[in-house]
Parts: sequence; C-alpha cells; structure tokens
Amino acid sequence: MSSPAVELPAKRAPLISFNKKHRTFVADPFSDNNPITVQVLGICSALAVTVQVKQAIVMTAAVIAVLCVSNVVISLLRNLIPPSIRIIVQLSVIASLVIVVDQVLQAFVYDIAKALSVFVGLIITNCIIMGRAEAFAMANKPWPSFLDGVGNGLGYGVILIVVSIFRELLGSGALLGFQVVPQAAYDAGYENMGLMVLAPGAFIILGLAIWAQRTWNGYAEEN
Amino acid sequence: MEILQSYLSLGAKSMFVENILLAYFLGMCSFLAVSKKVETAVGLGIAVIFVLTVTCPANWLVHQFLLNPETNLLGGMDLSWLSFITFIAVIAAMVQLVEMIIDRYSPALYNSLGIFLPLIAVNCAILGSSLFMVEREYALDESIVFGFSSGAGWALAIISMAAIRWRLRYSHIPAGLKGLGITMLMTGLMAMAFMTFAGIQL
Repeated sequence: MSSPAVELPAKRAPLISFNKKHRTFVADPFSDNNPITVQVLGICSALAVTVQVKQAIVMTAAVIAVLCVSNVVISLLRNLIPPSIRIIVQLSVIASLVIVVDQVLQAFVYDIAKALSVFVGLIITNCIIMGRAEAFAMANKPWPSFLDGVGNGLGYGVILIVVSIFRELLGSGALLGFQVVPQAAYDAGYENMGLMVLAPGAFIILGLAIWAQRTWNGYAEEN
Repeated sequence: MEILQSYLSLGAKSMFVENILLAYFLGMCSFLAVSKKVETAVGLGIAVIFVLTVTCPANWLVHQFLLNPETNLLGGMDLSWLSFITFIAVIAAMVQLVEMIIDRYSPALYNSLGIFLPLIAVNCAILGSSLFMVEREYALDESIVFGFSSGAGWALAIISMAAIRWRLRYSHIPAGLKGLGITMLMTGLMAMAFMTFAGIQL
C-alpha cells in the first residue's frame, strides 16, 4: 500500500488514458462519493428543476458541460492562478461558460430554457462546479479533471433524474410528458398528488432519496 | 401611505409566501452546512440580509444603466446576455466591500461573520435574488425592499432550522437518515407550513 510504485506511473502516464485509477474518478461519484447525497453540493438546483424529467435531463446536460469544461480550463490554469484571487478567477471562468450554455439552450430548446428560468444562471453558484474546481481541478492534471467532471456531473444527474421521475409520476401522472397513469385510474378515484409539484414534495423526495442512497452505501453522519 | 402598503405587501410576500429558500430552493448549500448551531445561523442570516439589501439595488443600477438595451447609457447596445458575469462580479465586489467596512467599523461583528462572508459570494440566494429582480421587473425602491425581505426570509428559515436541529440531537434517527436526510424532510415540513401563508394579502 505504501510502496512508491503506486505513485510513480502517474508522472509518466500518457496524456489520455483510462486505467483503473481513472475509472474510479468516474465511478466514485455515483455511489460512495455522490456530489448530492454525500458531498452535499448542488442541492438548490436538484430541488428546483425536478418537476419534470425533461427539465432534469436538460439541466444535467448543462451542468455536465459546464463542469467538464471548467474543470479542464481551471486545471490548465492551476499553476498560473495566484491563490489569493483564485475564487474570482474560478467564478469568471464558470460564469463565461454558463453564458455560452445559456445562449445555446435559448437557441435550441427555448421552451425548456424558459421553464428553467433563473436556474440556468444559477449554475454559476452551483456548489458542485466551484467545489470540484477548488477540491480537484486546482490540484490535478486536465485529463483526470475532465473525468472527475464527467463523474460528478453524472452522479448529480442520477439523483436529479430519480427525484424528477418520482415527482412527475406522482405529481402529474406522467413521464417525460407522456401520460402514464391511465384514465381508468382517475375515473376510479385516483388523484395526482399536488404536493409533489410544489416545493415541499421536492424536499421530502430528496430526503428519502438521500436516506435510500446512504443506507445502500453505508455512509452515515455523526449527527 | 399607499406606497408604504405596497412595500409591506411585497415584503411579506417575499419573506413568507415566496420564501427564497423554502419556495425557490435558493441558498440550500449554506442552509444545510451552517444550520447546526443557532449562533452561527444567526450570524450568517444577518450577513445574508446585509449583503442582499446592498447587492439587489446595486445590480438594479448595473442592469438599468449598463445592460438593459432600452434604458442603458450605451445608446441601446444589447448587453443583457452579459448579466450573469456582471452580476456575479458585482456581488463578489460588494461582499469584499461589506467585509472591509464591517472590519473597519465593527470588529466584533467581523469576527463572528468573518468566515461566512466569502461563502456568501457563492450563495445562490444572492445571485438568484438579483436574477429574479430582473425577471420580475422591479423598480429601484422595490428592489431594496425585495432584497431586504428575501434576506430576512432566508434568515428566518435558517435560524428556525438550526433551533429544530439543536433539539433533534437527542432523538433516535435511523443511521442513513441522520444529518442531511432528516434535515431535508424537516425542510419539507417547514415549506408546507410556509405555504399556508399563500393568499394572504396585506
């Protein structure tokens, strides 16, 4: 475990490779180190954009794009950024990327961009992006940083999509906009849970999702 | 009198009915991280009220005179796509300024808020309020009221949550639900309680 051989190959590693260590960068955030349920990053948007599955998917894509590019850019700049102003530098890199993403969303999926409203802009202050830039990209090479971005983005997306599936299914009886609960059920007295569409539903579903995930991977907090 | 009434109405609406945390989920990260003790929650709450009351009108001015193509001083140049980066720059600068002013005039407050002030720059409640303010087309005076009452609503939520979590220390909670999970469920219940304010008009 302490043998230096584990450390050495990193120095001579090719620019792009996909060995076991790199796989963990992508796989870890799914369970043991999930950005939402374990690192407690990026909760705001996880709650706000999960009324419909479609919104959650678009949001995930936007976050993955920003996270990967910002991780790579910050990793490339990591030796040039003076520590005292690093937060401003990180914020301006992230903000520029979010502007690009916002313009792309408005150009191609205008309806969803409108539905996401201010939450596209709030990717800037999404703690996942800042958190990974600060915790990972500032200390690692571009390729691992890119993989870290992919992994954390996907780990974020999984929770987002799970929460949105429950909220859309229970709240409006639909999935991806298609009616799933049959009309016969409504005729028999079934009703949509209005609460799921509103804010409290989001908190409660995410709370339960966190409980399930933490029971599964055995992570527990002190208090 | 009428104008005062409209301020009160806007204030109550953004503090209770459309609470920035419980209805729009903004500022969740620091809400979860800093709601373990009442004292720190009070400190961060006050800091957020302070910064929001300053940044909302500041960003209103920037938006009105620089970014909005209809009213800016640049002859109608459309810079509205730059709003994200300018708002975050204004917020970061304001937080720095507020930090320096507090340090100069009230070292005691500075010491208790010290670590939270830099955190506030990336608190999404701050940026979110500025973006909402633009989306809802508030006037300058309204933006001040909105900034203050949003901050007050956020502070109210975090202080009550800190008090609940303090009581909860002696409860028997399943291992996986401890910390984040139970806080989420309680926030949900709190959001439900705040929703009952809906429809109240002043």
